[in-house]
Amino acid sequence: METGRHLRPYAITGGRTRHSRHTFALISLIVARSEHRTEDGHLEPEAQQILELCRARAVAIAEIAAQLDLPVSVVKVLCGDLLNDSLILVQAPPGPEDQPDLELIERVIRGLRSRL
Amino acid sequence: MPVALKIVIAGGFGVGKTTLVNCVSEIPPLQTEESMTARSLGVDDLTGIEGKTSTTVAMDFGRITIAPELVLYLFGTPGQDRFWFMWDDLATGALAAVVLADTRRLETSFASIDFFESRDVPFAVAVNCFDGHRDCTSEQVRTALDLDPTTPVVLCDVRQRASSKEVLLAALEVARVQAAHRMAAPSSR
Repeated sequence: METGRHLRPYAITGGRTRHSRHTFALISLIVARSEHRTEDGHLEPEAQQILELCRARAVAIAEIAAQLDLPVSVVKVLCGDLLNDSLILVQAPPGPEDQPDLELIERVIRGLRSRL
Repeated sequence: MPVALKIVIAGGFGVGKTTLVNCVSEIPPLQTEESMTARSLGVDDLTGIEGKTSTTVAMDFGRITIAPELVLYLFGTPGQDRFWFMWDDLATGALAAVVLADTRRLETSFASIDFFESRDVPFAVAVNCFDGHRDCTSEQVRTALDLDPTTPVVLCDVRQRASSKEVLLAALEVARVQAAHRMAAPSSR
């Protein structure tokens, strides 16, 4: 049932819809601190899955949510917990006040032209 | 750590946002879901499903790796107007945006255009020509939408990768020109 499917994610976060200490953007990048799997008994299975997903490369919050089929807000809460435990590194995207510089935009344009 | 950037693809329901994102993305079609919690339900029209504590909003989502340290993410906005509350998070920090329009119902593009204009997000308008029918010119669309002369209008077929790429490049070109202006006159911003 639809409702049940969406109640379960918030059971993972203990009912929290946002993290008390950390905020993340949709494209905040997450990477696991350790290259090797560590068995950590107190982690939720979903938090462990996030670590596995972010082991080899940095993955955006939105992509983690899509891959694990979890709501974005749940992934943000779990990443907040992982950050509290120093298990991940986070790269925040440029904010609204940091307008992108010309060189960066030109790199994206060149890259897109040659890639697609 | 790489740098992550994003381009937002907006437009009315069924105009081809999903097709565009999937056409240029290097990863299989994905949808990112966001939950609307009870707090947001007050402003929503969910008549008939009282008692439901949350529902989800799906956003199309794609990725283009420009370089190992530079990743471009694409987000399609939720199609329905009632999900406007999500747009701020989507648009914040966006490099550029695309408003995908359908000439048979151009009025569905007005809200997206207003949104990006009011937040100074560089954007291009792309007219998706279904089945190759180009039943109007870009100038007619520009007039009908009352666009700024600097806003590009691109006629496209989002099923074609090359065409979708041109749409993204048109939006990025607007961002490039704005950034060049900022560099030339840093005190004016």
